[in-house]
Formats: sequence, C-alpha cells, structure tokens
Amino acid sequence: MENSIKVRARESDGVVTFKALISHPMETGLRKNKKTGEPIPAHFIQEVDVDSNGKRQLTAYWGGSISKNPYLSFKYAGKKGDKLTVSWTDNQGEKDSIEASVK
Amino acid sequence: MKTIIATITATFLMSLMGSQVVLASPKEDLKSFRAYFKSKFPDTPFDDFINGVYAIDPPSREQWEAIEEFPPYEINIDNGEGLFNKPFKNGKTYADCFDNGGENVRQNYPHFDEASSQVVTLEMAINECRIKNGEAPLGLGKGDIADISAYMAFTSRGSRFDVGIPNKDAEDWYEKGKHFFYAKRGQLNMACADCHVYYSGSYARAELLSPALGQPTHFPVYRSKWGGLGTLQRRYEGCNKQVRARPFKLQGEEYRALEYFHTYMSNGLEVNGPGARK
Repeated sequence: MENSIKVRARESDGVVTFKALISHPMETGLRKNKKTGEPIPAHFIQEVDVDSNGKRQLTAYWGGSISKNPYLSFKYAGKKGDKLTVSWTDNQGEKDSIEASVK
Repeated sequence: MKTIIATITATFLMSLMGSQVVLASPKEDLKSFRAYFKSKFPDTPFDDFINGVYAIDPPSREQWEAIEEFPPYEINIDNGEGLFNKPFKNGKTYADCFDNGGENVRQNYPHFDEASSQVVTLEMAINECRIKNGEAPLGLGKGDIADISAYMAFTSRGSRFDVGIPNKDAEDWYEKGKHFFYAKRGQLNMACADCHVYYSGSYARAELLSPALGQPTHFPVYRSKWGGLGTLQRRYEGCNKQVRARPFKLQGEEYRALEYFHTYMSNGLEVNGPGARK
C-alpha cells in the first residue's frame, strides 16, 4: 500500500521547516452523489501528530473544512538528522503514518 | 474583339489572384507570434514563457514558487506512474505502444500522423493504446488519463517541443487550429487571441491573462480552481464555456487542430508539465 504521506523537512539556522502532503479525500459528508442523490459519507482526517525524536512537536485537530489532499507546513526548533514520525487518524477509524529524517 | 475579351479575362483572373489572401506560412506565423510577445513583455526571457502568468507577474510568482516546493500534482504523478506501469489484461503495457517505452515523449505530441492522416495528441494516443490492447478508453478531461499524461509529461521535462508540419494535409489542420484560435465565438464574442494575445498581461476581473506563447507546455495542469488535475482540452472546454460558447467534444477535430496550432506556437520551449496554476 502506497503511503499517503509525503514529507519534506529541511533545517536551516536551527529551525526545521516541515512540509507534508497527505493524500486523503477529506469528504465533508455534505456532498451528494450526483447520480443517486445520496450523501457521500464524511471521511476526513481528525488528528495529525508530528513527533521529532519521540517528542511531540505538533498535534493538529482537523475537520471537514480542510481541503482534499491537505498540505501541512510548520516550523520548529530542531537539527539535521532529527527522526520525524508523522501520523494521522480519520473519522472512519483509518490511520497512516510515515517516518522521515530532517535534511 | 478577341483581344478585348482576352484582356478582360486576363485582368479578371489577375484581380482574382491579387484579391486572394496570401496565407502566411506557419514558420512566418511563428516568427511574428514570438516577436509580438517579445515586444509586449521585453523583460521576460523566451524560455520563461513556459511559466505563464508567473513569468510576467512577480508577486504571484513568489506564491507559485512556494507551492512548487511541494506541488499538489506530485500525488498525480505517483498515481500516473502506477497506472502507466500496470499491465493490461493481455499482459502488455503502455510502454509497448510508445517510442522509448513512453519515457521522454511528451514533446512529440501533438503530431501529424501520416498513416491515419490526422493530428494525434498524447491523450488520444493513450486511449488508442488502451483500445488496441482490449481495454476501455478513459474519460478525456480528468482522472486517470490526466494522471498518466502527467507522469509522461514529468519524464519529459526539459525536452523542447518541436511540432512539425510535414505535408499539405498537416498544414490544413494547422490552418484550422489557427482559424479557431483567432475566430470570435460565444455570447461574449471573444477569440482565444483576444485574451491571450491582445489582452495578455491585462486583467479580466481579478485574473491576469496569460500569454499564448508557452501556454500548452505545462499541461496537464493542477488547477486550484478544479482542486485537481486536468488536460489541456479540458481547459479549452472551460475557456469556451467562459465566453458562453458551446464547447466542442474533447479530442474532436476542432480541439485537436487547436492544440496542434497552439503547441506549434510554443516550439522551442521546454516541457514543464505537469504544472500548478491558480
């Protein structure tokens, strides 16, 4: 299974710029199937966690208003080689995670 | 009497020839096309026109460059790569249909196929490959075909377009496309050229109009407006609807002729697809 998270993290002057692109439909639950008229069930990421060397750097609580295939970016104090763990869980109980290092 | 008739006929014929519009050759068209944009945007290097509005507007360029650091179409390229490499039910793959295994070929489309005497675009070739191998053709504006096209464009980045016009039939397709580009249409009575030649660099409501030079090189494109990837002809369809003209069939003769002319005008420029636009 292809991982749904792509991560790029670069450090410069003690600041790591973290960028991630997550593949996820992020359905609000309000859209309707054009053919059947049935609402498409809500399916969106509820929590994203980013850890660096085991220490939590960011927890994001998301809802249906976040776009499809969300892009997340933030900065934190860190250094090259930091081991990043990025994971998400969604409202349908699905989850995914990936590990990466800071360049 | 005979001489008079002869003279009158001769003069009549001469005037007919004189009043006939001399069709400039495609090469001359290309020269004047490039010269027009060079004088309109003197600070933009020729190679930069592939970046569309971002080549002529510094503030939006900054934002676009930030997006390009981690572009939204990356997901589509990965998906396209998977689709491209997946074998058909009969065991063959797309690589069997294309030159060089389908890698680094984007710059060869569209081209005039002498065997079938028509212009072939990349999306058309993808579907022809599918049909030849017993698979159903894909929808033409978005979805899988755009992803496959994106992957093929990505492997061709840096190669320069060199659309050829090998014979008279090809030139007829070119002329059809050229006519389409300059002809007014729709309730708003506008031509492609109106926005993208004469008013390029100006604003239509809140949007900056991109120059036609270098326009097709970055397709298929991830448009923020679409929230996804789409093909060049999907954009043609949208543009026609925007001037309230009834759009033509995707991959029909009109849009293929237009794409032929449109891409010819970007000869010498690099493939930079897939692209990200507003």
